[in-house]
Amino acid sequence: MQHDFYLAWRYLRHNKIRSLILAACLAMITALPQALHRLLDEAERWMSARAEATPLLVGAQGSAADLVLNALYFTDAPAFISMGEADRIAATGWADPLPVYARFRVRGLPLVGVTTDYFEFRGLAPAEGVLPALLGDCVLGAEAAERLKLAPGDVLPTTPENVFDLAGVHPLKLKVVGILAKSHVPDDRAVFVDLQTAWVIEGLGHGHETGPGAGRADAAFAPLSGDVSAYTEITPDNLASFHFHGDPADFPISAVIAVPRDVRSAALLRGRYPDSEAKTQIVRPLDVTRSLLQNIFRIGALFDAILLPLGAAALLMVALVFALSLRLRQREIETIHLIGCSPLTVVRLMAAEIALIALGAGTLGLVLVQAVRAGAAEFVRHFVIA
Amino acid sequence: MIQIEDLEFRYPGAEFRLAVPELRISRGEKIALIGASGAGKTTLLKLMAGIAVPQSGNVRVDGVPMRELSDRQRRNFRVSRIGFVFQELELLEYLNVLDNIVHTYRINRVLKLNGRVRERAAELAEAAGLMGKLKRMPRELSQGERQRVAVCRALLPEPGLILADEATGSLDPGNKSRILGLLFRMTERNGATLAAVTHDHELLPRFDRVIDLSAFRR
Repeated sequence: MQHDFYLAWRYLRHNKIRSLILAACLAMITALPQALHRLLDEAERWMSARAEATPLLVGAQGSAADLVLNALYFTDAPAFISMGEADRIAATGWADPLPVYARFRVRGLPLVGVTTDYFEFRGLAPAEGVLPALLGDCVLGAEAAERLKLAPGDVLPTTPENVFDLAGVHPLKLKVVGILAKSHVPDDRAVFVDLQTAWVIEGLGHGHETGPGAGRADAAFAPLSGDVSAYTEITPDNLASFHFHGDPADFPISAVIAVPRDVRSAALLRGRYPDSEAKTQIVRPLDVTRSLLQNIFRIGALFDAILLPLGAAALLMVALVFALSLRLRQREIETIHLIGCSPLTVVRLMAAEIALIALGAGTLGLVLVQAVRAGAAEFVRHFVIA
Repeated sequence: MIQIEDLEFRYPGAEFRLAVPELRISRGEKIALIGASGAGKTTLLKLMAGIAVPQSGNVRVDGVPMRELSDRQRRNFRVSRIGFVFQELELLEYLNVLDNIVHTYRINRVLKLNGRVRERAAELAEAAGLMGKLKRMPRELSQGERQRVAVCRALLPEPGLILADEATGSLDPGNKSRILGLLFRMTERNGATLAAVTHDHELLPRFDRVIDLSAFRR
């Protein structure tokens, strides 16, 4: 037996490319379904954790999935509600409202308007600097800071929604006041501002200078109309001139995270949104996420169904390669017969080769699965969710 | 001692027919087998080795009737008592020189590979001028060196009968002499019998007897 494995090992080592390809094919066949399921499990764990940490969500009527994805993962907002909705929730006394306005993007990253309560609710604390306290301040998620290569004290200009709209909202220079500690959630990839700053970015509020000399356009100003120029940067000197037109209760937000005081309060709050014809809806993110995950698992099952015949086909191919290699080795087999090898020994030698390839494939597959296991969280965060 | 009596052999579906009414080779004798191409020299060696079995008659090696043995018995007898140097080198390309020499020990349980055998393999390799090349692969060897490896492999079990099928064919005179010298030395040392097929008439005087197989083919 020892000699069989030694000879098999020498043969496989001599033909290492072929052996490696065979082992790699087998490893992929066995490891792929497991790796896929590991990724799906991680996606479920990751998405469920985020959803579980968000008890209730109020947003515009429409797709509950879009609402949850926007409020939890800062994807594009499907529709908006007004800030008054947050006030109404607060007025009930059943829940604390945390308004979220995730509409804009800055250099490809989501720009999210929140209140300071949001940071406490999500357990986000600055690793450097402070949380935004003034109009025009922003705090960056850890990954956002890495990607933008910014540090506290730097300036981050917002991106205009439409660069060809000359009459549109002018970019505002945000002052980076802090970097959040890494939390391995979508908040890491976001730029957070105060809600009011988000409304200034939208053009609902501004600070401007009037009179002689105004109306010019330079680094600090953008022309509004006639002799009026809007500030493009909020500084302690011009902060007082910033103001909003209209009732803040009518200003847009994309969702309100409602944190009920207890189970009863949650039930009562949910009871206030029974009408599917209403402009707003309340959802439990965990339910919506589970429903989304069901679809993902259906895709997973589909993959399994596809992988099964694919795996069988690949195994047949491996068997074919082995059979062809036996034909190519006919001369060698005749040789060992001539020098005294029995047919049974030939079978044993081949079995040893198959066993070694299977062992190599198993090891490789195990390494693959372990690698996926180790990197699944990061992979899911970067490629599946982000 | 080899005794052949009323031997008849033909390959299925072929016209070839070898008939040897009687042939005796004594222990320790060195016999050269000659004959035209297709005379049946290789076939006779295979019959002596038990690789081929005659349709009638018998080949006895040391009194053992090869025809009456089962396949397994013939194989085991061959492995332990007969050393065969093939016309084509038959070295395994994935094994180094030492592994090729001891290969028979790894594929047949009749032979036991141990330290003594390894030592003997090294001694044989040294005698064959291969000592510094035990870890080399066959592709790294010259034709003469490869042939010497094949000879070492055949001689390692210290067989009583050595069959060499054109072991010196296609070699330069220096290598021919070296290989034949090695075969003769080992044959004499172990008191073995040597039957060698050769086309090289210059080598014939070194043998005890020359048998022309053209006489046997019908």
